[in-house]
Amino acid sequence: MTPLQIIFILVAAMTLGAGLMVVTARNLVHSALWLILALFGVAIVYVLLQAGFLAVVQVVIYIGAIAILMIFAIMLTRNIATESGPRFSENWSWALVIALVLFGTLAWMLSGWEGIAAQAPAISPRFDTVRELGLALVSPDGFVLAFEVASVLLLAALIGALVIAWDRR
Amino acid sequence: MFDPINAIAQWLAELLAGWGLSSGLVNLILTLLGVVVVASFVLIVDIFLVWVERKVVARFQDRLGPNRLGPFGLIQPLADIIKLLIKEDITPVGADKVVYNLAPILALATVLMLWAVIPFAPTMLGADLNVGVLYIVAVGAVGTLGIIMAGWASNNKYALLGAMRTVALTIAYEVPMVVSLLVPVILARSMSIHQIVNMQTIWYIVAAPLAAAIFLISAIAELGRAPFDLAEAESEIVAGFHIEYTGMKFGLFYAGELLHALTMGALFASLFMGGWRGPFVEQAPILGVLYLFLKAMFIYWVIMWVKYSLPRVRIDHMLNFNWKFLTPLALAVVMLTALADKALVEFGVSAGSLSYSLSMLAVNLLIGWITLSLLRSYARIERRRVAAPRPAASPEYSGVAKS
Repeated sequence: MTPLQIIFILVAAMTLGAGLMVVTARNLVHSALWLILALFGVAIVYVLLQAGFLAVVQVVIYIGAIAILMIFAIMLTRNIATESGPRFSENWSWALVIALVLFGTLAWMLSGWEGIAAQAPAISPRFDTVRELGLALVSPDGFVLAFEVASVLLLAALIGALVIAWDRR
Repeated sequence: MFDPINAIAQWLAELLAGWGLSSGLVNLILTLLGVVVVASFVLIVDIFLVWVERKVVARFQDRLGPNRLGPFGLIQPLADIIKLLIKEDITPVGADKVVYNLAPILALATVLMLWAVIPFAPTMLGADLNVGVLYIVAVGAVGTLGIIMAGWASNNKYALLGAMRTVALTIAYEVPMVVSLLVPVILARSMSIHQIVNMQTIWYIVAAPLAAAIFLISAIAELGRAPFDLAEAESEIVAGFHIEYTGMKFGLFYAGELLHALTMGALFASLFMGGWRGPFVEQAPILGVLYLFLKAMFIYWVIMWVKYSLPRVRIDHMLNFNWKFLTPLALAVVMLTALADKALVEFGVSAGSLSYSLSMLAVNLLIGWITLSLLRSYARIERRRVAAPRPAASPEYSGVAKS
């Protein structure tokens, strides 16, 4: 077991545990905090895959913006710490069956792929991942169309939010 | 080569290898030791910062500051620490214990994590991340989380109010900060702070003064210091989000805030003022640490100068200033810097030369002049609108017939 594998197992266990606590915590703010821990776990997995840029962007956007937005929304509503009904719905047995079937299918599909036990090819230190990502996003034979369409989508969402929040007098 | 830190690290590595440990384990132990050394050094400087803060604020307010304990009051922070340690540790009723205790730890830890990417000297550096600048933004975002946890876990209306206001301010001012951080990245062609310092043969404050100013203003807002200190507006909401914290937990918040100010000073120094650069640094790398801390202390002094001279800004003015002035200005600066950079490189001016920096300075001055003239015309229109006579009682309004 290489140290990288040990670290990955620990981080994956932490992420899964945090994910479980998100849906089973009684207190809604605690749920949000466990979600932040799960998102941190995903950022660490990105680092293990040598995608440092994505790891930092994950922290900035998911934890620094989306999680804080969720916490704001939770805090602005009342009665978050009181019991609001049973934690598990009554269909939990069906959900368990579907989850196990899904897990089994994914595990069987992945075990048939030859890359699952292969070592990741080492990236040479001269390969600047950030520069390659930037070039891929704006080069015409790269992903520039998808990039621009995503920007237009974000702009539309921004304008929509402004219109909804506009103070009409 | 007068480089004691690396010499000691080398000697220790040989000693541990001589004891028979594998090289991976030796590396791990040296890395852990490096982490402990950097964190301890920064925290000890933090104690000295308490003294600096109190003396400087006293001088700004035309008084002496602490001068009873020790020569020039140097033992005062130690007395403060002892006092905070022996205070009663109160947890308010109904507070969420885990989150309540975690918040000050998170507030201080995120500041310490920033020191991992700041290069102390040409050979002394925590971690050379190739996304160092974005890492700083990420860690700042996590710091915001500590504040909101503190405000909520205290089970106190004022704390929650203070925390919400702080978070609204912090995430608003992150936008111009990130955009202005792009300018040294464009000039140095790398997001790694080590690389940015290496490329600064001419300080970037010459080539990008507007970006430096925007970064400084956004950093002061991020820190929650005056004139943006509505988080701890003592006259308004009685100490804001750390109202329920006593003893050493409050000490962690206070020390964390001062250390964050010094960290922003060190970041400004690394990104815009050349970091560890100075005379004779190649021969004696240990001087790099001295130069970095001199520059960081200077910027910290500027931050304190702003704090103790300006009154607090109202919340809607703060947000207007950010969204209607700073963010468009920062975006314009980045766009014109990128354009000018491409144009200059096309014309054969190499990056890092004096003519390059002076051309960039010219572009910045042009943007500044256009901004000032726009502000002036806007102010003229506003003044005219406000000065128009609006009589409260006049024949037209009161309906008396004109005769």
